[in-house]
This record gives sequence, C-alpha cells and structure tokens, in this order.
Amino acid sequence: MTAIRILVGTRKGAFILTSDVKRKQWSIDGPHFAGWEIYHVKGSPVDPNRLYVSQTSSWFGQIIQRSDDGGKTWSQPGSDGSEKPAEGGMPQGESNLFVYDTSDATGKPLTTHQWYDGTQHPWEFARVWHLEPSLDDPDTCYAGVEDAALFKTTNGGVSWHELAGLRGHETGPDWAPGAGGMCLHTVLLDPSNKDRIFCAISAAGAFRSDDRGATWKPINKGLHSEYIPDPTAEVGHCVHRIAIHPSNPNTLFMQKHWDVLRSDDGGDSWREISGNLPSDFGFPIAVHSHEPDTIYVVPILSDSLHYPPDGKLRVYRSRSGGEEWEALTKGLPQEHCYVNVLRDAMAVDTADPCGIYFGTTGGQVYASNDDGDSWEAIVRDLPAVLSVEAQTIS
Amino acid sequence: MIRVLLPHHLQTLASCEREVTLDVGASVTQCSILDALEARYPMLRGTVREHVTRKRRPRVRFFAAGEDVSHDSPDTELPASIAAGEQPFMIVGAVAGG
Repeated sequence: MTAIRILVGTRKGAFILTSDVKRKQWSIDGPHFAGWEIYHVKGSPVDPNRLYVSQTSSWFGQIIQRSDDGGKTWSQPGSDGSEKPAEGGMPQGESNLFVYDTSDATGKPLTTHQWYDGTQHPWEFARVWHLEPSLDDPDTCYAGVEDAALFKTTNGGVSWHELAGLRGHETGPDWAPGAGGMCLHTVLLDPSNKDRIFCAISAAGAFRSDDRGATWKPINKGLHSEYIPDPTAEVGHCVHRIAIHPSNPNTLFMQKHWDVLRSDDGGDSWREISGNLPSDFGFPIAVHSHEPDTIYVVPILSDSLHYPPDGKLRVYRSRSGGEEWEALTKGLPQEHCYVNVLRDAMAVDTADPCGIYFGTTGGQVYASNDDGDSWEAIVRDLPAVLSVEAQTIS
Repeated sequence: MIRVLLPHHLQTLASCEREVTLDVGASVTQCSILDALEARYPMLRGTVREHVTRKRRPRVRFFAAGEDVSHDSPDTELPASIAAGEQPFMIVGAVAGG
C-alpha cells in the first residue's frame, strides 16, 4: 500500500484528505462542490479512483457526481456524451433521476408509510444518503435513499433503477421517519455471498436479502425499542448503523437509537452488548480492519441532547465483541465538547496498525493510526461532517 | 434572445455565468424557457423543476418584470419585456433559514 485517502462529506462540500501510510502528514483538498450538502463519498473497492458522490440540496434536488481519477476531476455520469440522447439530441440527464419503480414488470405500487403523527404519507424521494459500490464491478453501485428505498446502477451511475422488493415489503406502511427523515442509510454487501445484502432504515430496522435485492425480510428479532407502541415489533426500530467484518460476515454489529447489539446468525437474532458504555445512544459503529471482534462506538448522551456525556469526546472500544468497553480519550477533547458524530462519519483503513477516522458536527476529522489508542485532528473547522470513508491505496 | 438569471448553486453546477441567454422560440413561457435551459444545460434537469412531474421545486421561485410569477401557470405567456430580452427571467432559490 502507498497511501491513505479519506473522503469527507460535509454540509457545504466534499474534502479529500491524503497521506502516505505513515499517516503523519495530511494534505487537504477541497471544498469540492462548494456550498452543496455532500451526504456521502465512497470509492469502488476494485478501482479506488472510481468515486461516487451524493450531492444534494433541499432547494435544487439530487445530483450524482463521479470521479475516475481519485477526485482530481468530476462529472455527472453520462454528461460526457455517453448517455443516450433524448429527442432533442441532448443527454437525458438520467444520472440524477431516482424514480420509484411502479412498473408491472419489476416494480411495486407507490404505497404509503407512517408519518410522524401516525397518519399515512406517500413515499417521496428526497435525497441519496449512502452509496455502496459493488465489491467486484466499479460500474455497479447501490444507493440508499430517503424516503427509504434501494436503488442500483450497473452503468457507472448513468442511470439508476429501484430494487422495489424492499419498499414493497408488506411492512412498509409501518415504517416511519426518524428525526432525520425516513432514510435508508446503510448498505452492506456480503463478500462471501454475492446473493446477500443487508440494509438498515430509520425508523424501520434492518433488512436482509438473499437473492441480490429482489426480496427482503426484516431482521429485527431481539431489538427492544421503548419509543414504539410494541417495543419488540417486527419493524419500526430506529437502527442508526450496522457494520460487519469482511472475514466474518455472519456477525453483525448494530448501533440502534438506544442500545448497541450484536448478531451471530446473519441478523436472524440480536443480543444487546452495551455493557459498561456510559450511554448506549449513538450513531456510528465500526469494526477494526484486522480484528473482527474489536469494535468502536461514540456514545452520545441522548436523542434530545446530541452531544457526548460530560462534554468529553470519547471513542469506546471493545476488544471482546461487546459488553466490555474501554474509553479512548488520548488526543480527544475532554472538556467543553458538545459535537455529534453522525452515522456515516466513522471509517477504518486496512493499514497495520489499523487506522480509525471520524468526523464531527464541529468540523473536525480525528484520526488514530494505532488502533484507537491515540487520536489527532487531521483537519479542523470544516463545515459539519456528514460522512467519512477511508481508502487504502496500493 | 431570452435572458435568464441563475442562482449561485446552479451556476456552479452548469459551469456558467449568472446570466445565460437562450433561444426560446415564439412562445415565451416558464415552460418554454425551462425546456430551452435544460436542453442547453442537461445537468440542470431536475434542479429547477421535478424530473417526473416537471413542477417547480418547492424552494425555487420565478420572477419576471418585477413580479413573482412562481404560482402562475407554466404555460402563461410572460411579459413582453422578457420576450424582448429587455429584462431577465429570474430563477431564485427561496430565502429560508437565514
């Protein structure tokens, strides 16, 4: 490996942080797409220079950007003339088109989901929260969107189609928005089984497909959520993030609205592993790149108070797969700190020792190059950080 | 030629200046202006009006000759000063949130 590249999405643009494998000196490049909300930037595992970006605005809608040179240049897929022209001879601009599939052949009817007040509300596309490139094809990528649905491209983002079996699941009318909207925020691809995809939705729960996204089942047995009428319901849980280790994809870790949980049977059942955490509320959860039972969370005081307990920013690490946690504080502010760390804003590299990275709503990106034992802010004062991804470049 | 003013984010997206000029044809309406704009700058499709419904996005407003025409029918003829290129058709991001 030759370099580490950190892809940062913020409220006002994207930034790319680059270092050699020593991870001591970082160059900061950006903002890209200045002024736009960048929900997620993620690279292809098979072609690290292929980057997908979700650029979004409550005013002007959803834009998909792509780079084929590691972020030096960007384009909207298809805008180079490769896209099929419309009647007037111009490209159709399909790369930004996310339309729920209601066709008879592959789609599902546009139904309703539960609204904040318990009434039913029609599905409405708002934005792409998460982009998950395929493990073996740089032109294939999944997009988790709000209102919750899963889309897929097989042509590098030129066009997207919905995998409608998820939205059309019979429990759809019981799904509800979390505070941030009804978002599909996590997509995990099983490296040992190409048929298997996991996803998670706030506030519906976790789902699994064993047929490449055609059909789905809720996998929420063992979750207990006091804030819904039936705390052990099949759906309705506000799952904040799930994570797996590539070498052991049958084990999943979950940070729920409240509670940290673990499954050892591909999500069929879950058990709580919050143990001695000072708060089991939080957003991200990450797995060490070389130790499948070492996991990281950032406890947040509560859903009303989106900041760390005691004003101390602490990452908690468990080397035993949960239950027993240790606070990691070296290099992190231990007084007067009231930032949040959002669900897609923590990532690990595959260097040795493992590098861990997270971004805050205060605009800092912290890095550890020693498994989390110590931390350093590699950049400060960015706009609020929405997402962080790490690439290990060979 | 019709003059159109774009908000900052759409200028950066289309890599163009604040004001663009468009050949719209005989009928000068919101719809014909936006058709011409999206044909010239396909990357703006879906940003001013929704992809499928082609309705104005909720946080976008249109001004013509000093009037807010956001809620007019998209097929209503715009004032002569717009059609003559004397005044620009303004596409504005609604002010919200300070």
